[in-house]
Amino acid sequence: MRGDAHAHALVAPADLNGALALLADKSGYRVLAGGTDMMVAFERGLLKESRLVSIWHLAELRGIRVDGPHLVMGALTTYTDLIESPLVVENAPTLAAAARDTAAVAIRNRGTVGGNIANASPAADLPPALLVHDCEVELRSSSGARWVDYAGFHTGYKTTVMRPDELIARVRVPLSSEPLRHFYRKVGTRKAQAISKVCIAATVRPGGVARVAFGSVAPTVVRARGVERELETVLAKGPLTPEAVARIVGMGVTEATPIDDIRSTADYRARVTRNVLRECLMSFTA
Amino acid sequence: MKNAVRCSVNGTPCAFTAPPMARLLDVLREEVSLTGTKEGCGEGECGACTVIMDGRIVNSCLVPALQAEGASITTIEGIAKGEVLHAVQTAFVTHGGAQCGMCTPGMVIAAVDLLERIPSPDEAQIREGLAGNICRCTGYTKIFDAVREAARLLASAA
Amino acid sequence: MSDALVGKSVPRKEGPDKVTGRARYIDDMRMPGMLHGVTVRSPVSRGRLRGVTFGEGIPWSEIIVVSAADIPAESNHVALLTNDQPFLADKELRHAEEPVLLLAHADRHLLERARNAVRFDIEKLPPLYDIDKSLAKDPVIWGEDNLFKEYNLTKGDVDTAFARGDVVVVEGEYSTGAQEQLYIENNGVIAVADEQSVTVWGSLQCPYYVHKALLGLFGLPADKIRVVQAETGGGFGGKEEYPSLIAGHAALLARKAKKPVKMVYDRAEDMVATTKRHPSRTKHRTAVTKDGTIVAMDIDFVIDGGAYNTLSPVVLSRGTIHAAGPYKIDNVRIRARAVATSHPPHGAFRGFGAPQSIFGLERHMNKIARVVGLSPEALRLKNFIKQGDTTATHQLLKEPVDMPGILKRALAEADYDAKRKRFARENQGSSVKRGVGFASFMHGSGFTGSGEKYLASVVGASGTADGRVRILAASTEIGQGTNTVFTQIAAQALGLEWDDVEIAQPDTAVVPNSGPTVASRTTMVVGKLVEQAALGIKQILVQAGVLGESYTSPQFRAAVKAYLASVGPLRSTAQYTPPDGISWDDQSYRGDAYGTYAWAVYVATVAVDTVTYEARVEDFVALQEVGRVIHPVLAAGQIEGGVAQGIGFAVFENVVWREGRMANGQFTNYIVPTSVDVPPIRVFFDEVPYPHGPSGAKGIGELPMDGPAPAIVNAIEDALGAPHSALHHVPLMPEQLMHAVDDLAAAGRKSA
Repeated sequence: MRGDAHAHALVAPADLNGALALLADKSGYRVLAGGTDMMVAFERGLLKESRLVSIWHLAELRGIRVDGPHLVMGALTTYTDLIESPLVVENAPTLAAAARDTAAVAIRNRGTVGGNIANASPAADLPPALLVHDCEVELRSSSGARWVDYAGFHTGYKTTVMRPDELIARVRVPLSSEPLRHFYRKVGTRKAQAISKVCIAATVRPGGVARVAFGSVAPTVVRARGVERELETVLAKGPLTPEAVARIVGMGVTEATPIDDIRSTADYRARVTRNVLRECLMSFTA
Repeated sequence: MKNAVRCSVNGTPCAFTAPPMARLLDVLREEVSLTGTKEGCGEGECGACTVIMDGRIVNSCLVPALQAEGASITTIEGIAKGEVLHAVQTAFVTHGGAQCGMCTPGMVIAAVDLLERIPSPDEAQIREGLAGNICRCTGYTKIFDAVREAARLLASAA
Repeated sequence: MSDALVGKSVPRKEGPDKVTGRARYIDDMRMPGMLHGVTVRSPVSRGRLRGVTFGEGIPWSEIIVVSAADIPAESNHVALLTNDQPFLADKELRHAEEPVLLLAHADRHLLERARNAVRFDIEKLPPLYDIDKSLAKDPVIWGEDNLFKEYNLTKGDVDTAFARGDVVVVEGEYSTGAQEQLYIENNGVIAVADEQSVTVWGSLQCPYYVHKALLGLFGLPADKIRVVQAETGGGFGGKEEYPSLIAGHAALLARKAKKPVKMVYDRAEDMVATTKRHPSRTKHRTAVTKDGTIVAMDIDFVIDGGAYNTLSPVVLSRGTIHAAGPYKIDNVRIRARAVATSHPPHGAFRGFGAPQSIFGLERHMNKIARVVGLSPEALRLKNFIKQGDTTATHQLLKEPVDMPGILKRALAEADYDAKRKRFARENQGSSVKRGVGFASFMHGSGFTGSGEKYLASVVGASGTADGRVRILAASTEIGQGTNTVFTQIAAQALGLEWDDVEIAQPDTAVVPNSGPTVASRTTMVVGKLVEQAALGIKQILVQAGVLGESYTSPQFRAAVKAYLASVGPLRSTAQYTPPDGISWDDQSYRGDAYGTYAWAVYVATVAVDTVTYEARVEDFVALQEVGRVIHPVLAAGQIEGGVAQGIGFAVFENVVWREGRMANGQFTNYIVPTSVDVPPIRVFFDEVPYPHGPSGAKGIGELPMDGPAPAIVNAIEDALGAPHSALHHVPLMPEQLMHAVDDLAAAGRKSA
């Protein structure tokens, strides 16, 4: 235990406005939700922020409901909530799949959608799934609220469009009128409690709108836009064939710029990116 | 900075004073003197510190004390009813589910939680339910045996 | 009289305490006025310490600081084999994370800040991380030649055998990586010390190792040093020699502070600073006739000992003796060396050198089979050792050995033949390639060579006030079931009930030295002494006339009480003497290397995913002959746990070294199997009672670590359908398996 609890103030405001007021006061507060990432940093003595605001108890940030054309999830929606929600399974199946593949029960009971986004790790499990469901993120501050497209949320390694006075309040994805075709695969050496070395999520909507996203192969989670364009072009003309899959895979994923680190190698990530993309696209040929 | 935190531990009201960022794990062990909850890794990977908080299992090493305010917490010390062991505990003893014993408190808690959610789990559900609890001694096989036996014991007692 | 206890799965002695959270481990204990201790460690792999700066903002006057200057130079070494490892580095820094300073204070958070505020001024020296560079003395970092130990084992005439006209020579090179024990409880101790005495409670395997180290450090009379084992949360060898170091550290701080000091490592420190399995490299040259008879083996086995000698010579010894496996080979030459590097010292880990050399051999056997055109099983059947043959150390096998029977039954249990056929068919056109492979091996029980003779272990038994028999042994319960098995052995010997026997806590003030809890020796060697000491109690009671030859449990208890009342303390002891006909010569490295061996064949079924290059073990059959099984559930638990660690060794557990320091020293990044990663592990025992073991038992603890890695990699090779150099090393991580999968796929496309 290398962190010092005395070195960090943690407060739990009575309501969301109280939390937003603290974030607005320019004294450097950072939000702590389920703690599954920040408490690890704390244990290792690496948590920088001396002022933290706990939002775990704020009921305003919970709940999964349909609102107009969207499925809206509170930022404190846990992985367990995602798995147990029929609405999520129906409308955002890769999100439910990603949640099922994350860590294990105890972490899934505490880790939150908002935290997984705000933490901005390129290896996070939910973001590739959020990307392929055209997720939007609601950022709230004491001066207002704005919805931002999640595809533009991450601006670089661990940097985002969020201002220091903002927190993530909700996320939403469009409801799907017909079942999506979808694919999710996380590659992480072991089957549980794994940090991904490569992660892919993909959806194809009725009408041929395609989304393909990767985790752990770039400084942020990324959409493979070239692949999406080619896939949509092919689908506009007819069913996806193994020949077309081979051609698309052969074009490569330009957004993937993997690196060597203690978990894996750039070479491995590059080859697996290609392989899982092939597997993913082949699943759409059937 | 210290806060007074009120919660319930093993069915008994409990109040302690701790820095709000103190880990629930340390508070339980040092302030409440319940040392059955173990630290194995401090980062939510090994599950030795698993406790039940408001009906869900959590890694107590990742819960700041402040977030335990008002919570109902069950630790390994609260699983047996007095001297009467829970079926999971009995089965762990008879089926060799505990070797060195360090992962055991967390493993027992995870198994109790699993059987409350899924009373008759299949093999895959048992494996999945315990996947957050690393055991280095048993190779898990005897733990699976114990959980299956506990499910039978609970079913026949119900 | 009770039913026979041996062979019955009675409940674990300390089971109820462990499942209720009542069991007290070292970090669960507190003492009045206790301070915490931390270690300030070397940031470099090799260098010369020129100075220390105690940074600003820390109330240093409140903190107890111990450095090498606090220890008389002649005492500043951990007493073991060569006494080369200091408790605290003085000028020379020989590995990353080497202990330099100790700090103690009541406030752990202040201590953490203080630890971070210490700055070392270091002149860096060139480090050495590689076995071949160490052999090439590039540079010399230990002694004159970097060699901790060398053994040269010979049998027959190897050179003549290789020169024969009718043999094919098969060569191969194999290597294994470091492996972290990853017991769930980190290393930890509490020490109380003053100028007259030292007491240490700790998580440890070998109380008398620690006792010896503290004797050397403090120069006190033996009875002024007391070492007590607390409940211990796993060891696997990781708490064999290391606790001597941390116990010395805590005692140094406690003596200076005049207060109890607790030192419990956190996971990050335990992983980067404490011992791991020795990395190894094995070169094989084998002369084999065209019909598959192996006529000569020439083996070059080297292990990376790290920066200090510690136990490397003993680890090397076990690796050497197991290097030629369960085969009858007339001509054998093994050159074995343990070399110095700038890694933290590698140490004891379940298997102790044998998993390393057996990996090389059992991979090489498959290569030989391929070269001579035999199946892996046919080659082994042709060369298995049997009763009446001699091993590589010229040991005559006097007891029955049935390796062909074990192999056939193991393959049958695994459905080996049918699987091979089915996989060959199903693998065509599938992205998942399945395979099945096995390893045949043995593991010597007890200390190597003359070790048991020199140890001359002692076990005591005494009568308690309530009429029970109390077993006094230094053998520790670390999860494997020592307390339970000893209770069974003693109760069975005396014809008593389970509850009539209790096991004393290992405390050097109370128990005699029954030797370390290592080397698969506890049940077989110490258990036999438990049996004898227990019988000694009965003999005393019978001779005193308070007990008849046949009795009930209450009658026995009454007899004990009567003896205590009328005669006085009731105590018997038993000391080890080698069974007749066992001899060993350290000079020639010949003779009876072990009293006996456990024999085994393990069969792994794997699936290689060619999309992700991950290998999953889908089924595992572990069949072994370990003598009489004392406690079926505990015995199977030992095998299952060892197999899981072996699976980790084979395909998950990769120590990533950066500048001689473990870079992935976190549970998150050092991958051990979880409950969803282990296959069904199917354990089978062939029971052939060993005449010199208690109730016929042999050793069991380390055996299951030896077989999984070669069995799994042999299965992977079967799945891929062809050999590849990436398959000569474990851990075989997806990042390496990728090369085999892609290269073989490319070769297949070319030939198609």
